[in-house]
Amino acid sequence: MSGLESIKVKVEGLGGSAAFAHNALPVLHEIRHALAELAGGGEPTVIDLSAIPFGPGDREQLFQVLGEGEIKATLSAMGESLIRETAYPGVWLVTHLSPQGEELATHIEVARLPALLITPELDVEDALAALSARLQADDPLHPESETNT
Amino acid sequence: MTDELTLGERLRQRGVSRRGFLKFCAATASMMALPPSMVPAIAAALEKARRPSVIWLSFQECTGCTESLTRSHAPTIESLIFDHISLDYHHTLQAAAGDAAEHAREAAMQENWGKYLLVVDGSIPTAENGNYSTIAGISNLDMLKEVAEGAAAIVAVGTCAAYGGLPHAKPNPTGAQSVSELISDKPIINVPGCPPIPVVISGVLAHYLTFGVLPELDALGRPMAFFGQNIHDRCYRRPFYERGEFAETFDDEGAKKGWCLFKLGCKGPTTYNACATAKWNEGTSFPIESGHGCIGCSEPNFWDAGGFYQALSVPTGDAGKTLLGAAAVGVAAGAAVGLLNKRNKAKAVEAHEKVTVDDLNRE
Repeated sequence: MSGLESIKVKVEGLGGSAAFAHNALPVLHEIRHALAELAGGGEPTVIDLSAIPFGPGDREQLFQVLGEGEIKATLSAMGESLIRETAYPGVWLVTHLSPQGEELATHIEVARLPALLITPELDVEDALAALSARLQADDPLHPESETNT
Repeated sequence: MTDELTLGERLRQRGVSRRGFLKFCAATASMMALPPSMVPAIAAALEKARRPSVIWLSFQECTGCTESLTRSHAPTIESLIFDHISLDYHHTLQAAAGDAAEHAREAAMQENWGKYLLVVDGSIPTAENGNYSTIAGISNLDMLKEVAEGAAAIVAVGTCAAYGGLPHAKPNPTGAQSVSELISDKPIINVPGCPPIPVVISGVLAHYLTFGVLPELDALGRPMAFFGQNIHDRCYRRPFYERGEFAETFDDEGAKKGWCLFKLGCKGPTTYNACATAKWNEGTSFPIESGHGCIGCSEPNFWDAGGFYQALSVPTGDAGKTLLGAAAVGVAAGAAVGLLNKRNKAKAVEAHEKVTVDDLNRE
């Protein structure tokens, strides 16, 4: 964890030097439990952050602790969704945005791979049909030059 | 007018991919305060959902509830109106006016008799034959009874429609009453708040769209998902309350440090709403976080429940008697009417086709 200790987090009103505000810590424990479950060959877990009463600074603190990992992915469908692995492999941060860029929901997904990144089976079948049709055209590389679908 | 395409078919027609659909279901589940594990079940239900006709009647109201709904961002209000429900009548949002608007309402009612969702905001004045508020010459009272007859269910949006709200406060010159005081043979869901939080309104509509029934309700007819816990139990300032650290005035050291606002009149302990978690302005903040105590706007008679700046521990005398009296009358009247109409209501609920959460869990 590089440089995190040098970032001074100051949340006013809590007195003393409490390292965490009220709800970042319980969520981190919940993530740890989920990781233990996953490591033991169990099911993935999704935690919906909008259900948790965060005080000011809680969310930022949580994200700071989780940090950034190796993978960033963007889903462009009905607005963007940002899918990032945190510095803890297997712990993913999924943020759904509306087409106007407003945050719809934020989930923490503890899984080998977030569900949204996996290609749906029916999509694969559709892709096969579409590509087969295209390769059967007279000029597969330039289908606009003929009346192809 | 409802069309025959399911929601899933309609979204795919619009070019929404399967991933996009899953994302929509995830955001909808979050908005309905359902656990993420239910997303596949919701996706399955939404695939089959048909577009219900919605008639929105605005009575003695300030339009704050409509303003709140149009701030809802998940899903966007435009897509909610145009794609997922058929909003056939709404004063503020519709283009038609005058006779054309009333004819549109009548046509929607006839076409969807027994199946449309009726949404009401504003209280209903009953004094002077209901003439304190009329639309196109028809009193609110008459219009409510007429439209309610063919509705599958009624959603009373805002504290005015749910409990009478501001007009109902002492001395209630217009004889304002709530929807549930006037209609007793239809399923009614109360979504109180002054106004309700935007995502709560759209979350309830989304629940109806997904499952075809109204969500689980508490004793005051409010959806448990959003009104099941009080503000106090979810308030991030609770640790200060536990430690006895209270702000005594709005500008003292305690206030600046964000201490508990109990002594400054916060009604959080007796108020049930989602403000502490869902917050306002897309999750920006809520009254307590901004330094002002909760005024209890989602509870009945909150305007008459003692001062906003009087702590809950201080007896309110007058208001206490009024509340007790009203409760006693309400219980007596309610018991009699309740017995008569329980069968009607049960029949209305039974006739309505629905997909239950149990069905989804069985799949």
